[in-house]
Amino acid sequence: MKLVEAKKKKNLTISLCLPTLNEEKTIGKEIIIFRSELMERYPLIDEIAVIDSGSEDNTLEVARNYGADTYLASDILPNLEPKRGKGENLWKAIYQLKGDIIVYVDADISNIHPRFVYGLVAPLIHREEVKYVKAFYDRPLAFSGNVRASGGGRVTEILVRPLFSLFFPDLTAMIQPLSGEYAVRREVLEQIAFPIGYGVETSHLIDVYHKYGLEAFAQTDLDKRVHENKPTQALGKMAFGILQTFIKRARALGVIEKAEHETILRQFQARQDQYEQNLIEIVEEERPPMIEIEEYRKKFKK
Amino acid sequence: MKGITSLEKKLSGLEEKLKKYREVLLANLVMIGEIPAPTSDENRRVKFILNRFDEAGLTDSSIDGSGNGIGVLSGKDNSEAILINAHADTIFSAKIDHTMQVSSNSITGPGVADNSLGLAALVTLPYILENMEVELNRDLVLLAGVKSLGRGNLEGIHFFLDNNPFTIKGAICIEGMQLGRLSYSSIGMLRGEITCRVPESYDWSRFGDASAILTLNEVINKINDIHLPKRPRTSIVMGSIVGGTSFNTIARDATLGFEVRSESQEVVERAGETINDIVLEVSSKTGDQVELDIFAKRTPGGIPYSHPLTKCARSVMETLDIEPRLAPSTSELSALIDKNIPALTLGLTMGERTSKTNETIQIEPIYKGLAQLIGTILAVDGGYCE
Ligand SMILES: Nc1nc2c(ncn2[C@@H]2O[C@H](COP(=O)(O)OP(=O)(O)O)[C@@H](O)[C@H]2O)c(=O)[nH]1
Ligand SMILES: [Mg+2]
Repeated sequence: MKLVEAKKKKNLTISLCLPTLNEEKTIGKEIIIFRSELMERYPLIDEIAVIDSGSEDNTLEVARNYGADTYLASDILPNLEPKRGKGENLWKAIYQLKGDIIVYVDADISNIHPRFVYGLVAPLIHREEVKYVKAFYDRPLAFSGNVRASGGGRVTEILVRPLFSLFFPDLTAMIQPLSGEYAVRREVLEQIAFPIGYGVETSHLIDVYHKYGLEAFAQTDLDKRVHENKPTQALGKMAFGILQTFIKRARALGVIEKAEHETILRQFQARQDQYEQNLIEIVEEERPPMIEIEEYRKKFKK
Repeated sequence: MKGITSLEKKLSGLEEKLKKYREVLLANLVMIGEIPAPTSDENRRVKFILNRFDEAGLTDSSIDGSGNGIGVLSGKDNSEAILINAHADTIFSAKIDHTMQVSSNSITGPGVADNSLGLAALVTLPYILENMEVELNRDLVLLAGVKSLGRGNLEGIHFFLDNNPFTIKGAICIEGMQLGRLSYSSIGMLRGEITCRVPESYDWSRFGDASAILTLNEVINKINDIHLPKRPRTSIVMGSIVGGTSFNTIARDATLGFEVRSESQEVVERAGETINDIVLEVSSKTGDQVELDIFAKRTPGGIPYSHPLTKCARSVMETLDIEPRLAPSTSELSALIDKNIPALTLGLTMGERTSKTNETIQIEPIYKGLAQLIGTILAVDGGYCE
């Protein structure tokens, strides 16, 4: 494959990071396919690492069995107080993994294909000016059972797209702003803050856009992505985290003037003929740019 | 027999060496298995397989006139060839979810054993042989045959055998399950459907006693009463039944799928005639339309137990500690037998729930299954099996 040659010529290393929390059903297949196609047959990626949030199922055992490097997020940079969430794992990957490019792929995709990785890294290998490559997918919402081909999910269409349209119209060019599949250069990753939860993709887009402009982005068509559909209440929590991230940035950039916010999400649930309110505390904490962490600067001699 | 001894040496340790190819084999298995390939609609899957042949550097690979995928790994002397066959079609409609699920020890999904694993072995074989620097004397012809199952009636492999340019010295059919299976003969078989229909002009004053299901039931009872000999061994398999639409409407049609199997061709034919008589009798008695459609037949045949090819396979199995289970076959093997090509069917691993959507295979025994396949290929290639 030409891509492998180009990568060698540019002397780049590529790490694949799969963040997990209870993904024993899908993780084995992802690792087998990436290892076979992108390590054994075509040596495109240099390491595959699973960074786990403390799964209670066999995720780590299956991942190890198929030869991935496995880490518990809390074991990485143990001197920092551990936090829980997908964003935390992605942030810690910057410290733990070696690559000049890090590719993130959600671990809950059931129709995995090698293009999920080579499609994302190709623009970074071929084009110097590209810094951040984001995946997008087919849009049809064809249901079969509880699995669907997920295009712009509900949170994207109801929350993120309207927000971007209001305050960052340039970013509406992102077809799937919340997709969990993207490849980024280390020099960018170490410079941006990471919300620890669901805000991480939104913050990346705003921060990379602010620092490097729209030209830094590329998007890759990955065809279809099948994963389990979430209940609406879970989407509410996701939206809550994203909003916190968004407001923080909108304020810092002077887009919104004064916006204090709470960290309690209030949802209703019906029990027989009574409605009760559920109060859920969701604090979308943030990790600073990795470059500010002393251990990191030591390890990578920055 | 000196050659065989050196072959045994090669075999020891092979099983262990093959573990290295786990990811490549299983990735092929998953990717093939997730492409639906119901009989007569295997095109997408065959294209994928061809792509793999191309990537493995098999320059002569192609899709033939019937839609079969064919790869050729050239040998040092390409005047003779060994055929490896795995059927490409499955019994599953493209509408069902073909997701393969991978756990540490097993893989689950529709058709994973029958025959995605066979196909995965087929496409991974050139990669493994090249990687292990094994060079064969003869050409290795890799056939992913279409239209094999059910009404497909082995159309793909028949087309290939009628039209290919090779001099095939021996053939091995591979199936996902079960490891230990050794088929070298075909039994007589006749496969068909019986469909009962209540005529459109039905007189509805005949309250209650009309139903295609009742008529079919009568046919079934009569088939059940057919006297079958104990020797030669014979059986009639009532395989499937479909009919009617709901609880409270009279069934307008009903269909039985069946197979007669026997060691004796004569017994198969006699049973076929009897079934035909039954159909005519029930039809005239009830006034319903009853139709018999026989769409597949096999004649018994094959190589003997003592044939060098069978012997070779048994000694390879013995070396690898595989307990052979002898079983006749009515699938692709019989097409090869019809052409007088010495042929075997081998299984690759253990598994369960065949033909269900949660069909499962075990990963660990696959290395043994592959070692057995490669060992047998080497034996045939060495000329020990003729
Ligand atoms: N929700 C959640 N996901 C996590 C966590 N740590 C890792 N993940 C992984 O992050 C990926 C995306 O998570 P998911 O909740 O499915 O988000 P969605 O795909 O955007 O709906 C999956 O691979 C999860 O296994 C965590 O603490 N919480
Ligand atoms: Mg998900």
